[in-house]
Formats: sequence, structure tokens, C-alpha cells
Amino acid sequence: GPQSVNTIAVLGFKRRCRELFKQEKMVPVLVVWLALCLSGTWAVDRSNFKTCDQSSFCKRQRALKPGESPYRALLETMELTNTRLTLQLINDNNKVRLLLELYRLQGNMTRVKINELKPLKPRYEVPDVLVREPPTEPIKCHCLDENGVVLSLGVESQRVIVSAQPFRLDIVEGHNVLMSLNSRGLLAFEHLRMRKDTQAEPEAENKEETTKEEEEKVEEGMWEETFKSHSDSKPNGPSAVSLDFSLPGVEHVYGIPEHADTLRLKTTDNGDPYRLYNLDVFQYELYNPMALYGAVPVMLAHNTQRTTGIFWLNAAETWVDISSNTAGKTVFGKMLDYVQGSSETPQTDVRWISESGIIDVFIMLGPTPKDIFSQYASLTGTQSFPPLSSLGYHQCRWNYNDQEDVRSVDAGFDEHDIPYDFIWLDIEHTDGKRYFTWDPHKFASPKDMLQGLKDKKRNMVAIVDPHIKVDSNYKIHNEIRSRGFYVKNKDGGDYEGWCWPGNAGYPDFTQPDMRAWWASMFSYDQYEGSMDNLYTWNDMNEPSVFNGPEVTMHKDAVHGSWEHRDVHNLYGLYVHRATMEGLIQRSGGVERPFVLTRAFFAGSQRYGAVWTGDNAAEWDHLKISIPMCLSLGLVGISFCGADVGGFFKSPSPELLVRWYQTGAYQPFFRAHAHLDTPRREPWLFGPENTALIREVIRQRYTFLPYWYQLFYHAYRTGEPVMRALWVEYPQDPATFAVDDEFLIGRDLLVHPVTEEGARGVTAFLPGKEEVWFDIHTFQKHNGAQNLYIPVTMSSIPVFQRGGSIIPRKLRVRRSSACMEHDPYTLFVALNTRRTAEGELYIDDGHTFNFDNKEFIHRRLFFSNNVLSSVNVAPEAQFTTKSWIERVVILGASKPRKVTLITADGHKSQLDFDFDASVSVLTIRKPSMNAGEDWSMALQ
Amino acid sequence: MFWYLLLLWGGISAVEVQRPRGVPLSKRPFYEENKPFTCLDGSRTIPFDRINDDYCDCQDGSDEPGTAACPNGNFHCTNAGFRPTFIPSSHVNDGICDCCDATDEYNSGAECQNTCRELWRKEKESMQKLAEIAKEGFLLKQQLIQEAKRGLEEKQTKLGEVQNSKKDLETNVEALRTAKEAAEQPEKEAKERHLKAWEEQNAAIRMEKDKVRMAEVFIELDADGDGFVSVAELLSHSEMDPDSSDGSFTEAEAQELLGGVDKVNTAAFETIWSKIREKYVSESNTDGPAPVETPQEEVREPVSDNDSEPYPDDDIPEEEDEDEDEDEDEDMDDGDYKSPPVTRTDEKKDDSEEGAMPPYDQETQNLIDAAQKARNEFEEAERALREVDDQIRNLEKEISFDFGPSSEFAYLYSQCYELTTGEYVYRLCPFNRVSQKPKYGGSETNLGTWGKWAGPEGNVYSVMKYEQGTGCWQGPNRSTTVKLTCGKETVVTSTSEPSRCEYLMEFTSPAVCQEAPDLEVSDIHEEL
Repeated sequence: GPQSVNTIAVLGFKRRCRELFKQEKMVPVLVVWLALCLSGTWAVDRSNFKTCDQSSFCKRQRALKPGESPYRALLETMELTNTRLTLQLINDNNKVRLLLELYRLQGNMTRVKINELKPLKPRYEVPDVLVREPPTEPIKCHCLDENGVVLSLGVESQRVIVSAQPFRLDIVEGHNVLMSLNSRGLLAFEHLRMRKDTQAEPEAENKEETTKEEEEKVEEGMWEETFKSHSDSKPNGPSAVSLDFSLPGVEHVYGIPEHADTLRLKTTDNGDPYRLYNLDVFQYELYNPMALYGAVPVMLAHNTQRTTGIFWLNAAETWVDISSNTAGKTVFGKMLDYVQGSSETPQTDVRWISESGIIDVFIMLGPTPKDIFSQYASLTGTQSFPPLSSLGYHQCRWNYNDQEDVRSVDAGFDEHDIPYDFIWLDIEHTDGKRYFTWDPHKFASPKDMLQGLKDKKRNMVAIVDPHIKVDSNYKIHNEIRSRGFYVKNKDGGDYEGWCWPGNAGYPDFTQPDMRAWWASMFSYDQYEGSMDNLYTWNDMNEPSVFNGPEVTMHKDAVHGSWEHRDVHNLYGLYVHRATMEGLIQRSGGVERPFVLTRAFFAGSQRYGAVWTGDNAAEWDHLKISIPMCLSLGLVGISFCGADVGGFFKSPSPELLVRWYQTGAYQPFFRAHAHLDTPRREPWLFGPENTALIREVIRQRYTFLPYWYQLFYHAYRTGEPVMRALWVEYPQDPATFAVDDEFLIGRDLLVHPVTEEGARGVTAFLPGKEEVWFDIHTFQKHNGAQNLYIPVTMSSIPVFQRGGSIIPRKLRVRRSSACMEHDPYTLFVALNTRRTAEGELYIDDGHTFNFDNKEFIHRRLFFSNNVLSSVNVAPEAQFTTKSWIERVVILGASKPRKVTLITADGHKSQLDFDFDASVSVLTIRKPSMNAGEDWSMALQ
Repeated sequence: MFWYLLLLWGGISAVEVQRPRGVPLSKRPFYEENKPFTCLDGSRTIPFDRINDDYCDCQDGSDEPGTAACPNGNFHCTNAGFRPTFIPSSHVNDGICDCCDATDEYNSGAECQNTCRELWRKEKESMQKLAEIAKEGFLLKQQLIQEAKRGLEEKQTKLGEVQNSKKDLETNVEALRTAKEAAEQPEKEAKERHLKAWEEQNAAIRMEKDKVRMAEVFIELDADGDGFVSVAELLSHSEMDPDSSDGSFTEAEAQELLGGVDKVNTAAFETIWSKIREKYVSESNTDGPAPVETPQEEVREPVSDNDSEPYPDDDIPEEEDEDEDEDEDEDMDDGDYKSPPVTRTDEKKDDSEEGAMPPYDQETQNLIDAAQKARNEFEEAERALREVDDQIRNLEKEISFDFGPSSEFAYLYSQCYELTTGEYVYRLCPFNRVSQKPKYGGSETNLGTWGKWAGPEGNVYSVMKYEQGTGCWQGPNRSTTVKLTCGKETVVTSTSEPSRCEYLMEFTSPAVCQEAPDLEVSDIHEEL
């Protein structure tokens, strides 16, 4: 009941409070925390976080209603080079001019940039997120008259129509409008200005200027804003930007993580917009648009015909409004007369509002979901290819108390024959929350501990947070201070805030030299006690500032020449990046890093894994893990997971088992628990539950070759590993809102049990042409149906798609590295045409040598009763000891004989078993090396 | 290649025993060379060459005792020189040395040393050490048992004595109770007489005063001095409005007050005085009725006792902070303020000048003194009886306490043992409580009071459980598990908190020592 919920909620506070009190006594600012401690209730304390109404720019911008835009394109200013169109826009109300830049990018994308023509001072343009300056394609001016310009894009029949008055952009293909910008007239660009309310009389020359402009009123919150007791000084005044996008024919939009909400985004007419502002939200609530730890300003729009995407490259606080077209059809200008459109066409309108910076938007035109992934990947890069071990199981807890604790948990896994790859240390492992150090009593000999893990081919992760204890006896602090690397407060001093260590400074990760220095701190000689099997976890990098506004940094804090306001959502990405670079550099660029982050931005996929933050041991939190990771996958971040078991509170054994079963089929598989919760290592809930958890972790390990190959694929293409159903079945509207099940790659369909006391689940099996095989019973089911599946506690409904071949390793050992040389079993699931296809990817599992063509990549296919393995990367070189020990063909008929033909033409007969009850053929021990050419004929 | 060639030294003659890799001697008969093999679960029969051929044919894994092919198989480490053991098949050739004889890593490239003899030597040493401790401890335990026995006898003797003395005390108490009651009766009567006389005197005085006041009021009301109080004169005193809530004092109401006439003289005024007396406000007293007394200071909720405070050791700074959250805190307190303030119920102030009751006369005082003396003597005797009862209870409790099969743990009763760690001093008072006190100041936290023996079946006296300690804030109550091991000394050797608020303490005592144990040589085939 709610009471018990309340009870646990406060534990979190308590811990934070206790930690703080332990560190420093009698510090006035602690009163803040005390108040929080005392007023703790379950669920987020909403009053700690702003609503749109409390964020003055959002309130101002949202107050603008759709209507005629005051902006007019000055066609006479148009300049068109081969690759770029520029054009001035004027706001007829205040006469301020903007500069519009329009680019056609390679890969079916259009980039629209709008900045002030002559800003009072430069406005922030987000650096370091794009992997390169996106290559352009020629634009051709199609026609030009006093009403506007028509530009043709690329080779396709796409055009951009620039309407002059009011200014709007329409992107059309053939007779279809794909997307319109400023069609609702909500483009708004708050130009930088001198402060008038308190300034002396403007000088004469300015005066003249002023008279030309319509007097702009100074609204409350433009030059100063207070939230709770926090004051934001806003020296630059109002600087917000906003723009609306209309998506005709679209009823489904996705993305803009991170929110604890459904996969399909909701309209926001009756509440706040979705907010993107990286925040440490204590005990977040589900199913609402509040901001969370990370922000990726990318939205996907989808209908049966096409998928498009909007990437709004802005790192300031951002709000996104979504409405659908019940409000009526957009009025089209006469330039668009030829465009057919009926009032019945569904339409979604979205509107982006950011506090500062410029408008820099990438319009990705698909047309398929996979095109979108590749377009977005070409802009911001792909998922980093993680070490194979990081796809295994991670055992975490706040905290493993000491080396003996680590040793005994490690031994527990062997005793109970449960595999795991990583054990994690949270903040208590440090010497007084001084990162890069070890508690001298509890972790007196970290290298012994790490060696102990290494002897079992296992690894460790230790936390390194970006808040640095202000302590003149702490080397890291002294170095950062003396090098001037801290973020500054508005008055120029080092910014200080409260976090785990008490008073802390925040390194300015936006500075390249700061990041380089930070990275160097991970070298083995700098980070004492570290070894090559120690990896890193960046938490609290929103950044979390306990006594700051909304538990984060003051917006008027200063990063070089920019305000924190401008860079906020990028901070976490930079921390993640610098840490990852440190791990690469310590091995001389040889070893792949593994770094987990809580805060993220567009591009964070390049640096490692993310998790969904501090969730709770509740069934709804288990459910929400699916849409949260699916949404991240859509915007490039594949390596996603939720704390298995739930961070806050204590799960019932049933919930814990169900969470393991779900987590084992999600990309990042880590159990984690709050300090105040009872211990929950997998063997602490009785032999039955231990067996259930063991079984599903072992299932995870049998699928590691498939997971690994999918991550390689994600690294190459940007396609998500964990996929929403509509990505693979884009023409089936029944899949569009499904978020209680998901695909891994395209070949595994998972419908986890997320209801308490469930006796059955109803899974939707997509695809009219498809058949699906239960991976446990090998039962075959037809696609395009809702299938009721009775479940017991051991059930985790997973299906392999007919037409696929999945390589697995069934010899589960205590860690992934122990399985390196083990043989494969190929699961060949036949479709209705009796064919199947799959891949096999093998490399050393941990270095960058795959970039030097040291890998095996083979295509496996079955047709005409012959299964073959062919090399799809003949230029690559790698050898493996692994061999094929078994081939299991699902949906097969019984052959008379099975003949193996190896690369040298040698033929041999193979033994096999046929189970007629489920039509499964098991071919015994063909024994060929996994890297070789071979074929196998069924006669 | 999948066969062991084992040379076994059985006494003087060497015997060669061949068996598939990973099979224990006990199961060797099931693996008959060159004969079809039936899986040990009987599920199927396979050719002999499929044993240890690195492919799993049997569901129970019995065809692959020496490889990692079966997910549920076991590998037998002979571990000559040490203890044989089974390891999961998944540990075979995984590059990690598990068997001390290195037989599990025959094809992984791992360089494993045979460490069986070294292990055996170490184990022997430590077992010898343990045996020595156990031996000495066991001797000490015999003494403890003797002491406990003596102690028990002493206590039983004491109990008998005390129980006897209790009877005398009970008789005494009864006698004194009678004496007390006898003395209290005349005391009570005398006091009542005294009180009654005083009250009568007071009544007379009050009546006199009331008459004086009535006369004064009449004169005050009779504004025109005509010797009558009229309706008009009464109306000037709005406080007299019988239904004051309607805000208007009408003539009719005034007339009714006057008994239905327009005016009254002093005699008639007497008859209506009782209706006027309470409400009337003298004109000379313009302030109206005395204002409600406000308490001098808020009586705040008392600070709860330290034990239930979340952070007993942390002083919470009281300094002002501008953060909003602080304000919220204030708001919360405001809620408390809204409840009506509790007026202090001081002794009701007498508005008359009656003064204190006059002292008792000598005769009454004598009776009171005599009764008081009898009361004191009675209470004294009762207290003595209670003390004896306590003593009996404590003795009975201790005598009936479960101090182990031979009362060997009795010596721990009413003792305490401490362990100082970096931060805290831990204190174990067996059969009583466990506590923790910060080393550098701060109050003590109760980690649990004696609950029960909680060892596993057959060894119940190896674990103590202390429960219901100080509650963790909004969480469970603290509890401590004390694990007892054999030692010559009685000491707390370690404490930890494996899970939040659940403590683990290790404690050595000779009372746990068993008779000098076997070296369990039978378990280790050093000579095999």
C-alpha cells in the first residue's frame, strides 16, 4: 500500500542526509537537505522541478498561439551557392533580422539553421555532437517569384518550398507534404538586447533604432528569474528560440528521451510539454513528461508510408509540445495549391522551445526506419562496440562493503553456478567520496582484489563521479583548481555545490584541455589501485548539485565564454566522453572501454552504456523499462538497461525473478540496489528462486554470440539492438504502439511477464508472412496474431523468427571470457518458404583490432535443404578455436541423411536426431571450425 | 586420450585403475570399456566411443564426465593428496585452475600446478591449530560447566532463602496495612469536619459580598438616581442581551429581564439579580471581560528520545538558510501552530478574597500525623516485599535461562564484551543486548536485545540472535546475529553490517568448544 511506499521513499533521503552529515557537520546549507529529508514522500517531489509555467521562457513561448507568423523572408537577400542557401528573415514586429541557412545533406536530409543576422554577441552553437561537418549535396533553385522559392533536393523528386510571407518551409515529395516548418507561425527568436528596464537612457544612435522597432515590453523573468530560493541572474536577458513542425499524415511520434513514458509519445495539449533538461530526479514518477537524467532532442514520426525524423541540435533546456490535428487543417499557401490534401488527413504538430542557442535542425526524410537510423548515425555516430564481457551479467549494489564482501559475492556466484562478468563498486569504495581513491580500510589492496577477479576472468566497475571534493589534501582537487579547470560561478570564482562528498567543485568538461587531463587520470600510474579489468561508471553527471536549482547547476554558472544555460544538456556527454577516452588511452588505444553514464545527449552512444537511473522495485517500473530503452534505441543509444530488481525499495522474490527474466533480454543487464535495501544477491531467496534466476542468466549467456553480433551491427549501422516492433513491421499499424514486448535484432521477439501473479500473457506475433518458434518448446506459431501464452514462474516468452539463424553457445561458464573458445550451436528456424538466414561474427572480444580487419564475419543461409556458411568479409583475417558442435533446425522434416561438405570438398555423413512432435532436427557434432566455409545438405 | 592412467598405491602394491576422465572410482563400474553405455538416468544407450567425445548425448550429462559439453554435468577431481571433489563441467578447460591436481585444465592452455599436497599441509596445520584450541577450550568449558553448576546451586539456595523471607514480609505488610487503615479513619473524619466549617464560613462571606455588589450595580444601573432601574437604563448595557448573537438588545428583551415590568426598585431588583449577575460588566471596567490568557510560550513537541532519532550523533545546524525547502519545513510547522493553543490550567483563581484554608487545629493535626506515620511504615514494608519479589523473579529467570545443554554459557550472563573499530565501539552483553557507540562522542544505538538461540538444527547453540533494536529511520528495527566459535578466550572478534541494519558479530568462547575433534583424516586420502 501507499504507506509502505512512503516508508521506503524516505530511506533514500536518509542515506543522502546521513552521508552529508557524516562528511561535514554544522554546515548551514545542510538545512536544505534536512528539510528534504523530513518531507520525503514516495514519488518525486514535483515542487522541486519546474513546470513550463515556472520556466519563464517556456511560459512566454507557450503563450504564443498559432496564427500568422510575424516573420517574412526577404527574398532579395537570397544567396544560393551549390550547397547552401541563405536568406534573411525579418520580424515585422521588431524589425530584427534573422539569417536562415538551408543545406541539403547527403543521405536524404535537410538542415535548417536560423540565427540572428547580427546578434549582440555570439549565440551558442552546439559543438562536438556531430561526428563531422555533414557533407552536403547540391541544391537547385527551381523557381522564384515574389511569393517564394522552390528548391529541388537531390535526385529524388523532393522539393523545399520557401514561402516568403508569412515565412514557412514545406518539404514535399511528389504531391505529398512530408513536413512543414513554421506552418503554424510559431517561429520565435528572442534576439539578444541591451537591458532597458534598469539601463541608463539609450544612447542617441540606439534611440533611433529603438523608435523603428515596436516597443518590446519587458516581461517578468526576462532578466532575472527565481525558482524556489534560487535566483538566475540572466545577464544576457531573454534568448529563447522556438519553431513548429507539422507532420501531415502522421499519428505516431516517438523518441525525445529520456522520459518515463510510453513508447508512443502523447499529445501535450492538456498538460506540460515533454521536457528535455538533464536532472537528477529523486524517485521519478512514471507516465509523465517530466525531464529525467538524459536528453536526446530527436523525434521520429511514422506512418505506414514513411518514417521521418527531427533532430533539434540545441543543448539548452528544451520543451517539446505535441498536438494532433483535431484542431483543424493547416492552411496552405497558394504556392501549394497543387498539393492535394483533404481535411481528413491526420496530422501531428510539434513545437520545440529552447532557452538559448540557435535553431539548428536536421530533418531526416527516411523513408524507412532503417534509413532514419543510418541518417542519424551519419550525423552523430553509432553505438560504440562494447567489449563482449560487458554484454554479460553485471552484479551491482550500493555498496559492496569491502574486499571480503567482494570476494564472498564472487565466490557465491561459483557456489551457485551462476555466470557473471562484472561486479560493481558504488561511492562507498572511495576514501571519503574522493574519486580515483580507495577507502584505506575497506579496500586496502584493490589490486589484490582485482587480480582475484581477473584470475576468474571477471571484471570490476568502480564509480567515478564528476563532482570533486573541495579538499586541499586531495590531489585531484588541487590539480583541477590550480589548472583553472573548474566551472566558474557568475562572479568568476570556482563554482561550488553540494554533492556526496559535501562541498564539491565541478570540472569544466566542455574544455578540451580539461578532458584531456581527466582522461590522463585513468592511466594506471595515476589511478592508483586500478588494473586493466577495472572499468568506470559516471553517475551524477547531469550534473547533480544537491543544493542547486532543481538539484542541478545554476544556469548562470560559467563555462569559458558560455553560460551553463547554453551547455547544460551536454555536460553529461562530455564527462562520459572524457572518461571513455581515459580508458582507451590507458591501454595505448588497444582495448575497448566500458563506461556507464546516467546523463546523456545526442551522440552519447559513441561513448558507452546508459541506464535508466534510480528506479524502484515496483511492477510498473519493470514495465516502463521496456519503452524507456526502446525510445533510447530509436535515437541511437542501444546499450541501455534498467536496474534489475529496482533501485529503491525491496522487490518481492516474484518481482525480482520477473525482472531478471526481463533484464536478461535487454541490452545492459545489471542488478543494482539502494544502500538501505536488504541484500539481494541471486541466491538469497530460496533454492527455487535461485534456480529461476540462474536459469535466465544462463539463457542470457547462451545468446551472447547473437547479442555481440547485434552490437557489431549497431556499431556499423546505427540500428537499435533492442527494437520497437514497428521498426521491423513499419506497415502494420498494429505494431505502432506496442511497448510491452520488443525485438532483439529482428530475430528474437520477447514478451516479458511484467504482471504480478500472472498466469498468462498475450503476445502479439507480428508479420502476416511470419512464423515464430518458442525458443523453449520449439512450438511454431503463425504471425499476425495475438497469442495467449500460459506462464509459470519459469516462463519468459521468447520467440525466434522463422527465416532466421541464431548462433548460440550452450556451454555456459562462469564468465563470458571463459566461453571464448567454446563451440557454437546454430539454431536454424525455417520460414514458410523453408529458408533461413543469419550471421556469425567473431573477434577477440575486447580490442580495437576488429577495426584492422581482425574478425570473422560469415553469412549463414539455408535454402533448398542446404545450410551454408560463406565469408562476407574476405578481406578480414581472424582465427578461432570455436567450432560448430550442433545444428538445430526448427520446422524441419526428417531427412534420410545429412552430408557435410567442408572447404576442401571433403564429404562426410552426420548423425542426427529428429523429434517429429515438434519437427526439430538436431544434427550431431559436425565439428567444422566456425571460421571456415562449409555446407550441409539434407537429403 | 580421454583416459586417466592412475597409479594407486594401495599399501605396498601399485594398482593400475583405468576409467574415463572425470569419473569417480565409485562410478567406474558404469563405464565398461568398449560396451554400449547407458546414460545414468537410463534415458538412452550410446556407443562407448561417445563417452567424453565432447558432445552431450545424455540429458543427465553422464556421457561427458570429463568434458564441458553437458550443461549439467560434473567433473570429478581425484585430488590425490587432498580431498576429492566434484566441480561443474562448466569449469573444465575454462582456463581457471579448480582441481588442486590440475586435472580439470587438460586442454585449455592454462598452466596449473598440482597444489594438493601444499593444500593438505596447510589444512593439516590449521586443523592442528584448531584442534589445540579446541582441546584447551574444551578443558575451560568443563570448568565453566562446573562453575555454572555451582552457581546454579547457589542460586537455588538463595531462592529458597528469599522465598522464606518473603512470607515474613507478607505477614508484616498485612499487619501494617490494618494499622494504617485504623489510623486513617479518624484522620479522614477530622479533616472533613474542618473543611465543612471553613466552607460554611466562606458561603456566608460570599453572600454578604454579593449583596454589596448588587447594591453597587443597582446604583450604577440607576443612572438617573430615581431609585428604580428602568428598561432604558438597562438597554445601555448591551452585554445583557440574552441572545447576544443577534447583536441587538431590544426593549422587550430588557423588559423581560426586569421580570416583565418597566422598572424595578431595590427589592424587586433582588429577584432578578441572579439573571444579571453573570453578564453584567461594570462601567468602570471598560476593558470588558478579562482576555483569554495566552500561554507564555509554545509547548513544542518534546524532542523524541535519541534512540529513535535517525542521526543521534549529528547535530543539525540551526542556522538560517534561504532555500525554499527550509520554508516548506516552516510551513509544516505552521500547521502545528494552527491547532488551538492549550491554555495552561493553572489553579483556578478565586475571585473572592476567601484566602487559604486556615491551619488544622492541634487535635486534627495529631490525627493526621499518626495516620501519616502508619502509611509510611506500610509503604516501607511493601517496598521491601517488592524488592524480594524482584529478587525471586531474577533468580527464577536466571535459573530457568537456556544457557546451553550443560549451562556452559551461564558465565556470560551479566557480562559485556567490547570491540572497537575505526568508527564505533561495539558492545555485546550476552543474553541482554548488543549496542554500538560512536568512538568520538554521540549516543549509543541499540543493535538488538536478546532474542533466541538461532543456530541450525543440531547446532542450535552456535548462533545468537538479538532483535528489536533501535528502528532504522522509517525502516526495520536493527538486529544482530552473533556467531559463536570455539576459542580459548571470550572475545568479540569482528562485526559487520552485511545488510543495512542487520549486524553480524563473531564471538569466540570456550563454551562452544567440542571435545577434541578428529583430524578428519578419513576425509583426506593423503596416501591414495
